[in-house]
Amino acid sequence: MNEQLDEDSVTETEAGGGLMTRRNAIKVIGTTLGAAAFAQAIAPLTEWTDDLTLDDYLQKHYKELSPFDLGVVMARMEQETKEQTGVDVHIGDYRPQPGVKFGYALNLSICVGCRRCAKACHIENNHDRPSGNSYIRVLEMEKGSLDLAKGRVNYDHAVPNKDKFYMPVQCQQCDKPPCVSVCPVEATWKEKDGIVVVDYNWCIGCRYCEAACPYHARRFNWTKPQVPAAEINPDQGYLSNRLRPQGVMEKCTFCLHRSRQGKLPACLEACPTGARVFGNLLDPESEIRWVLKNKRVFVLKEDCGTQPSFFYFFDE
Amino acid sequence: MKRRLLISSVVAGAVFLVIGGQWVLGGSGATEVVAGPVVSAANEEVSAKPEILGEVPPHRPAGYHPTVATGLTDYSGQAVGVACMTCHATKVPNLDAGRAGAGPAGFHQKMVYAHGAQSCLSCHNSQDYDALRLADGRKLAFADAQKLCQQCHGPQTRDYLHGSHGGMNGYWDKTKGPRLRNTCTDCHDPHAPAYPVWTPVFAPKDRGALQQKAREEQSNNSPEAPNHE
Repeated sequence: MNEQLDEDSVTETEAGGGLMTRRNAIKVIGTTLGAAAFAQAIAPLTEWTDDLTLDDYLQKHYKELSPFDLGVVMARMEQETKEQTGVDVHIGDYRPQPGVKFGYALNLSICVGCRRCAKACHIENNHDRPSGNSYIRVLEMEKGSLDLAKGRVNYDHAVPNKDKFYMPVQCQQCDKPPCVSVCPVEATWKEKDGIVVVDYNWCIGCRYCEAACPYHARRFNWTKPQVPAAEINPDQGYLSNRLRPQGVMEKCTFCLHRSRQGKLPACLEACPTGARVFGNLLDPESEIRWVLKNKRVFVLKEDCGTQPSFFYFFDE
Repeated sequence: MKRRLLISSVVAGAVFLVIGGQWVLGGSGATEVVAGPVVSAANEEVSAKPEILGEVPPHRPAGYHPTVATGLTDYSGQAVGVACMTCHATKVPNLDAGRAGAGPAGFHQKMVYAHGAQSCLSCHNSQDYDALRLADGRKLAFADAQKLCQQCHGPQTRDYLHGSHGGMNGYWDKTKGPRLRNTCTDCHDPHAPAYPVWTPVFAPKDRGALQQKAREEQSNNSPEAPNHE
């Protein structure tokens, strides 16, 4: 075979083709294609950043991870947090409980607008300190109007002002969530207990969901969230308050690392007036069901057809 | 024929490189995995009749011997209080004390009193100043003060009993753990029960808030723009 090839090349060279033979051209093209294909295969390596490990990059979608693999992933994340911040955290995978669908109701008659819920969210969910991020935005509204565009978030006077009412807005955990249907990579979905979650390791940061949400409830991590080591909440959930990477979306999860263990969300515990009511919509004896049955209840932007699991109500 | 062989081998080589490259990446990823704890599928079995661990106990103020602060401190720095009976043991009860217009006098004159048309002895017990008095005259310990409030404040009591009035913490699922609730006097001063005015905390710093602030400042500064404030 080799001899035959040698003979061929000799023959072609003698025929006066020189370097520009068809054979050489094909070799060059083939080599170039091969090299290009190899370069393409390893191209993602050129976009490597320090905070992205190989395991992060190759990780499967949350729903495709077996319990064992997810355990491996969470152990790795705990170790990375330990290396980067020196803090021992526990990351858990809290699944929906059977027979539970969460509902939240907020009493506009007694909310005083103190913003303690927003602050508790900030601390509980390991939010970025410099930007003061929180999943809750408290609007100061004119009495007699529900025009959210007129709601002010910058009020800095003593509260409550008698001419205003105060309306905290957070994720409404819609039954028909527009943020989920626009996600091009299925990085966000609705769980069986009604909570809309994000897999931060699957999100590509396109922010479609932020644009789709009628309640302005989603937040984007423009930078890697900075939390001083001493302030990191070590009780973390994979789908909730673990330290997020840069460039991913995040949102209120009703503190699922707490609520799926039976605890009340952090914003409710921080509320000094008891304006917040949280519970299981499927339990007829629950407090949330009593509120829905006996109070004047409405949902925000009902005409959007989002069917929220978050309700607002008035006394009398 | 040979040319075709060459082209196909080049293509096969390229494909091999692509697949091989990704296999190498995948392979190294697999070898670096650290064995972690096995996570059990979190859906725990719920027993047929879950045991109620936590009732919903209202927070009871410690059963104390009430004192009135004098504003003085003793040698160890502890606040000095005067027990009710220090003065009231010899005083004749004044049923009108504290009624609108009269106001608390004497030792209590600095106290802010704004609780409707009640007199002091509507709630305080003239037979025993270390206890309270229900409307029907029965004695009530200070620790059970909530019962006193419930005599008049029906809607608030109804809402409180259904978990939609008053702060709380603990568990929403009472089969998992207890819940601790505030009592009336944790938030309302019984002598001036209107909810206090607060300074809001945690001013927003996100982009939307800053933009809104900038817009408002702009509209406040420009003379043509109507002032919405």
